[in-house]
Amino acid sequence: MNQPYFIIHDENDTVGVAVKEIKAGETVEGWVMSNDATVTVTAKNDIKIGHKIAMVDIEVGSSVIKYNRPIGKVVAPIKKGEHVHTHNLKTARW
Amino acid sequence: MSEYKFPTFMGYRRENGRVGIRNYVAILPLDDLSNAACEAVAHNVKGTIALPHAYGRLQFGEDLELTFRTLIGIGSNPNVAAVVVIGIEPEWTNVVVEGIAKTGKPVCGFAIERNGQHKTIERASWKAQEYAQWASEIQKVECSVDELYVSVKCGESDTTSGLASCPTVGRALEKLVAAGATCSFGETSEITGAEDICKEHAATPEVGEAYYQIWKEYNDFILSQGVDLSGSQPTKGNIAGGLTTIEEKALGNLQKIGNLKFVGVLKPAEAPTSKGLWYMDTSSAAAEAVTLWAASGAVVHFFPTGQGNIIGNPIEPVIKLSANPLTVVDMKEHIDVDVSGILRREMNLDQAADALLDMMIRVCNGRLTCAETLGHREFVFTKLYRSA
Repeated sequence: MNQPYFIIHDENDTVGVAVKEIKAGETVEGWVMSNDATVTVTAKNDIKIGHKIAMVDIEVGSSVIKYNRPIGKVVAPIKKGEHVHTHNLKTARW
Repeated sequence: MSEYKFPTFMGYRRENGRVGIRNYVAILPLDDLSNAACEAVAHNVKGTIALPHAYGRLQFGEDLELTFRTLIGIGSNPNVAAVVVIGIEPEWTNVVVEGIAKTGKPVCGFAIERNGQHKTIERASWKAQEYAQWASEIQKVECSVDELYVSVKCGESDTTSGLASCPTVGRALEKLVAAGATCSFGETSEITGAEDICKEHAATPEVGEAYYQIWKEYNDFILSQGVDLSGSQPTKGNIAGGLTTIEEKALGNLQKIGNLKFVGVLKPAEAPTSKGLWYMDTSSAAAEAVTLWAASGAVVHFFPTGQGNIIGNPIEPVIKLSANPLTVVDMKEHIDVDVSGILRREMNLDQAADALLDMMIRVCNGRLTCAETLGHREFVFTKLYRSA
């Protein structure tokens, strides 16, 4: 793989982080840091550098996993390839 | 982890044996009222630096203790050669002078009441001139990495911080601690979401419990306020950079300590008593936190940033690193070390950590950091509660 479009911390994570601009409709390769695997996903939205892209469908009320840890509760349904941010994910803390 | 062969560097070994990398003559106000006199003295006498700040009047209890600990700690920092303290009245001024004098470095205090500002400035300027000329002749000596105390804190983080710049600091700290250095991390509020992982990094169950009580007390305080911190933590900058929740931010933040265990827990501005990694109870606000570390004696700071926090400190050089490919270009004048190559798979973590340590040695030898060249001297006290 050349420069990845997105990076996933852990193989159990349900999101990746864009490290290059990703356009809706593009099928792009990503790098899984924990096991050095290569994965692909087709983006449903534009994803800016640093923003998250869903690797699987995620239901409302369940957790998003990153660093192999829950990082918050899903508040709007998420489809694989969609942008994951404050519009569909909230903290489970404060 | 690959080994990093730390070269020696030329630093300043102070009267108490502690090693500094800068040679400031500080003109330190006891209180907000004395800022003007300190700034006048620093204007009169070249080779000195005034450290104006906002507090020091009608504080009491633990809050007053923290202010004294901060003032005495800043004056005692090995990056400072000598100190002139100016306060509105003599008694608290002397508390600070006597605290700094324990290091053995030259220090002298002046009170404005019964003298007025003109006379105080004149008397303090004579002493400042004496100190500046004395300090200018101090020769650097060969020092080693095990004599260094390094603090770490990130700011305006984004997802690239957790992917690359914070892990780079973590790997660098592993190498520093292996070489016998003293290091410190903190940011109590920003550990929320990874507080259990942090507890597992404690060297003993007692240390873990001491840390956890500090975190819990702060978290309980937030919950008791009935407010939603989501607008502040993550910050607007964090959110623009792709961070969504405090949990996500905390998991990235904690990458800065790598696989290390921390040996003890410090109150804000408290000095470590042995080598190794220490947890300090600090705010996550950059200027407040770095000021506390400077007051605890840290002589150089690693600051990973995603979106581009531009903080500096008047006496503790702040080395910034970023992995955000946009930030390292459009905020280039603020970034000392570019580790964006990690995201392109052009650089591994050891290479990034070694690049940061190479820069640290250069800064220890005298290279000015980006923040120093840009004049960033943020000096911000942590205030625990309202004054009397």
